[in-house]
Amino acid sequence: MSEDSEAIQQPRNLAAVIVGRISIPLLAIFTALLVASLAMLASGTNPIKAYLALGEGAFGTQKAVIETLIKATPFILGGLGIALAFRGGLFNIGVEGQLFVGSAFAVIIGYSIELPAFIHLPLALLGGMFGGAIWAAIPGYFKARSGAHEVITTIMLNFIALRVINWAIGVNGPMRAPRTVVPETPAVFESARLPILIPDTRLHAGVIIAVFAALVVYWFLWRTVAGFELRTVGANPSAARYAGINVEFNIVRTMALSGALAGLGGGIQVLGLAPYNFTTGFNVGLGFDSIAVAVLGGIHPFGVTMSALLFGAMDSGARLMQLRTKVPIDIITIVQGLILTFVAANQIIRSIYRIRARGEEDQISLGRLWGGGS
Amino acid sequence: MKSSDQDPLESLALQVSGISKRFPGVLANDKVDFSLARGEIHALLGENGAGKTTLMNVVYGLYKPDEGEIFINGNQVEIRDPNDALAQGIGMVHQHFMLVPVMTVAENLMLGHEVTRGLKLGLLSRVDRQKVSEEIEALVELYGMEVNPEAYVHELSVGEQQRVEIIKALYRGADVLILDEPTAVLTPQETEDFFEVMRSLVKQGKSIIFITHKLKEVLAIADRITVLRDGAVVGMTKPAETSEKELAAMMVGREVLLRVEKKPAQPGEDVLKVQNLHVLDRRDQPAVRGVSFIVREGEILGIAGVQGNGQAELVEALTGLTKVIEGSIHLKDSDVTHARPRAFTETGAAHVPEDRHKHGLVLSYAVDENLILQTYYLAPFASGLNINPRAVDENARRLISEYDVRTPSIKTLVGSLSGGNQQKVIVARELSRDAPLLIANQPTRGLDVGSIEYIHRRIIEKRDEGVAVLLVSSELDEILSLSDRIAVIYSGEILAIIPVEEATKERLGLLMAGVRETQESSQAAATPME
Ligand SMILES: Nc1ncnc2c1ncn2[C@@H]1O[C@H](COP(=O)(O)OP(=O)(O)OP(=O)(O)O)[C@@H](O)[C@H]1O
Ligand SMILES: [Mg+2]
Repeated sequence: MSEDSEAIQQPRNLAAVIVGRISIPLLAIFTALLVASLAMLASGTNPIKAYLALGEGAFGTQKAVIETLIKATPFILGGLGIALAFRGGLFNIGVEGQLFVGSAFAVIIGYSIELPAFIHLPLALLGGMFGGAIWAAIPGYFKARSGAHEVITTIMLNFIALRVINWAIGVNGPMRAPRTVVPETPAVFESARLPILIPDTRLHAGVIIAVFAALVVYWFLWRTVAGFELRTVGANPSAARYAGINVEFNIVRTMALSGALAGLGGGIQVLGLAPYNFTTGFNVGLGFDSIAVAVLGGIHPFGVTMSALLFGAMDSGARLMQLRTKVPIDIITIVQGLILTFVAANQIIRSIYRIRARGEEDQISLGRLWGGGS
Repeated sequence: MKSSDQDPLESLALQVSGISKRFPGVLANDKVDFSLARGEIHALLGENGAGKTTLMNVVYGLYKPDEGEIFINGNQVEIRDPNDALAQGIGMVHQHFMLVPVMTVAENLMLGHEVTRGLKLGLLSRVDRQKVSEEIEALVELYGMEVNPEAYVHELSVGEQQRVEIIKALYRGADVLILDEPTAVLTPQETEDFFEVMRSLVKQGKSIIFITHKLKEVLAIADRITVLRDGAVVGMTKPAETSEKELAAMMVGREVLLRVEKKPAQPGEDVLKVQNLHVLDRRDQPAVRGVSFIVREGEILGIAGVQGNGQAELVEALTGLTKVIEGSIHLKDSDVTHARPRAFTETGAAHVPEDRHKHGLVLSYAVDENLILQTYYLAPFASGLNINPRAVDENARRLISEYDVRTPSIKTLVGSLSGGNQQKVIVARELSRDAPLLIANQPTRGLDVGSIEYIHRRIIEKRDEGVAVLLVSSELDEILSLSDRIAVIYSGEILAIIPVEEATKERLGLLMAGVRETQESSQAAATPME
């Protein structure tokens, strides 16, 4: 144990803060890649070749970079939603469903009315945020009223969202596009689509919105009165109550904001990507991957953005890797799972690399949130 | 009763030499030498932040010292973590308890040391609750500590939780007990009982390191006394060779007034008016039963009572943290009986809460953020939607210097400050708010003599400025030296309200034990409701 390992307990300067914050995630990524390479070696593949292909597939060409950015966009927003809820002491597992509802609201506004673009697009995006917010505020209200744990209620609402939307776009469903074979909604009008940033590519303006959202979340959490309330409720609900903060109201507000971010992510997916509609199986799993993104990102908006980029890159590079080395795409899911495991159970990483525990600031752990009834 | 003429090394249960420990910005221990003889009670004294807890955490394996050596029974040992410490027979009861609230006493004791019965199935074995309960009862009997093994920890009073902590250490086979401010949370009677426990422990051959800020206790029970200042040992002495005054001066490095001077009160208008108040506790049992009193401008009403007689619930009701069942509360001219906590703060109540970790502070926040916990949404801290970092900064700097909070910086996490300095953060925040009513619940718990003197002076200053002060304390000395009138609470009722001139320790002691006074013995007694 070196002298400076304790500086982490109480960081003295920015560099120390940053090193202290990102050393665990970086080591977790490194370790996960290492473990996965053992699996590749066992199946007779050269892991170095595979990872090079992965990197090339993610960043090798302009198209690759664009795909990485597109894939990262919903991860950023979903991850932000989860991080925001975490900071408020809530474990919003319902980002999946909130993202769905957000997509549905955005798509309905997008195809059912035609308006000038400068109104239509913002309205559709706001609609997405609103849908996500409502879907998250409901479990928030349950928790505030009766202490029902949000992990349970949000999971239930995930199912409900999924089933209701599948029904709505299914045979004779109210959102079903006429004369189609697959269950899907009509495409949204041109006026509700996100502008393309580089002509003749798929790069849409959603990525800018997502990065901007990260800045807004940062500002909100650490620079605003409401953010102070949110963090106080998350860090110590009793002290929050003592300080006159309306804890119940804050729980609902935090969930609504978290859901709004997820809903914005869902809206961007349907308004930014061809064929600009909503089909079954669309975006399934994004919300759950976002939990991994948020945890890897240290539930900090900037960390979330970085880890979303990493997840986006892995998703977009995986195909080339499979093509070149026959390593199945699924290995990426394994790597992502390992990363999450190592970050969540960071004691493993700490003991491998001999890093001392940090101070209280980072003690928002999954375990504590589980225990945090009402 | 000491065996000081034995071979010195043999009779030492514990010895540390040249221990130094540095934290960013502070040298918490500076080449400390300290020894504990077998069967000895050795008191460790020092100001808040002097490094007492740090030294003990080093011995208990929670911190790795930068330099220095530790010997147990004459052998040098390396203690890497608390398990090592326990294996060496060292147990520690922390200043802030480390129990799992949702578990029972027995379950807490078992944690990590589960006793099983029947088939040995590793992690699947059945836990032998009965055996544990029996073992606990045996310990309880041996040392005369009363505690119900089946009670849930969150239902216990602080005094009871403390007993659980001690039993936990004994249960794990500790021979050397480190008790970090065990009496800070106890009432005089509980402290007496606790001393009995300590005496019976040393009789059974245990050795005790006893940290406290109460000089009387040190003189009453310690065999030897070591004083730390700014991390270094400044002296070692024995009760027979010293006095409270001398110890205080040694700790603080200057003369300390052990009793505050104050002028007679000049009471003005009524500020807080409580009528026939009824409040339930967490188990929905009546905790406050028909309490009535008035606190006026410029006076201090002290609420004396053995802990757990409804004081906590009374204060929670008076700050909006719990529901009032019956009766009324008026603050200034507004009826705040059913108001939310914020309405109380805004109408003018400042509150120094009893449990500083639960209510008073957000430990994961820095000092500066904790100092705006009540006012973050008001100018100058809030401007529009934003929090103004400059104002937060300025406020923190001003309060830290004005209230002498010892912290490396305003960005230091409150959780890493010494206990006394954490309390000063709360006191600074609450007293600086200029509220017409100050509710102070155990305001000097865990504070050193210098800080107590300081906070007492601040409270009296507030009174003299015309603030109405409601002081709740289980410390009779504190009640007697600060209050202008004293209300004694017993089992949720106020048995009497008497002017301080008519109060003696004996009279208060009887009332606190629930002995009602007859009419002629006290004209001023509040009529008990029955
Ligand atoms: N984990 C930590 N990180 C940084 N500084 C610390 C830590 N623990 C203690 N300190 C600092 O070390 C010094 C000694 O603290 P310590 O808790 O040992 O004091 P103490 O004598 O127990 O005081 P008190 O009587 O108030 O409990 C203080 O300045 C404190 O702020
Ligand atoms: Mg201490």
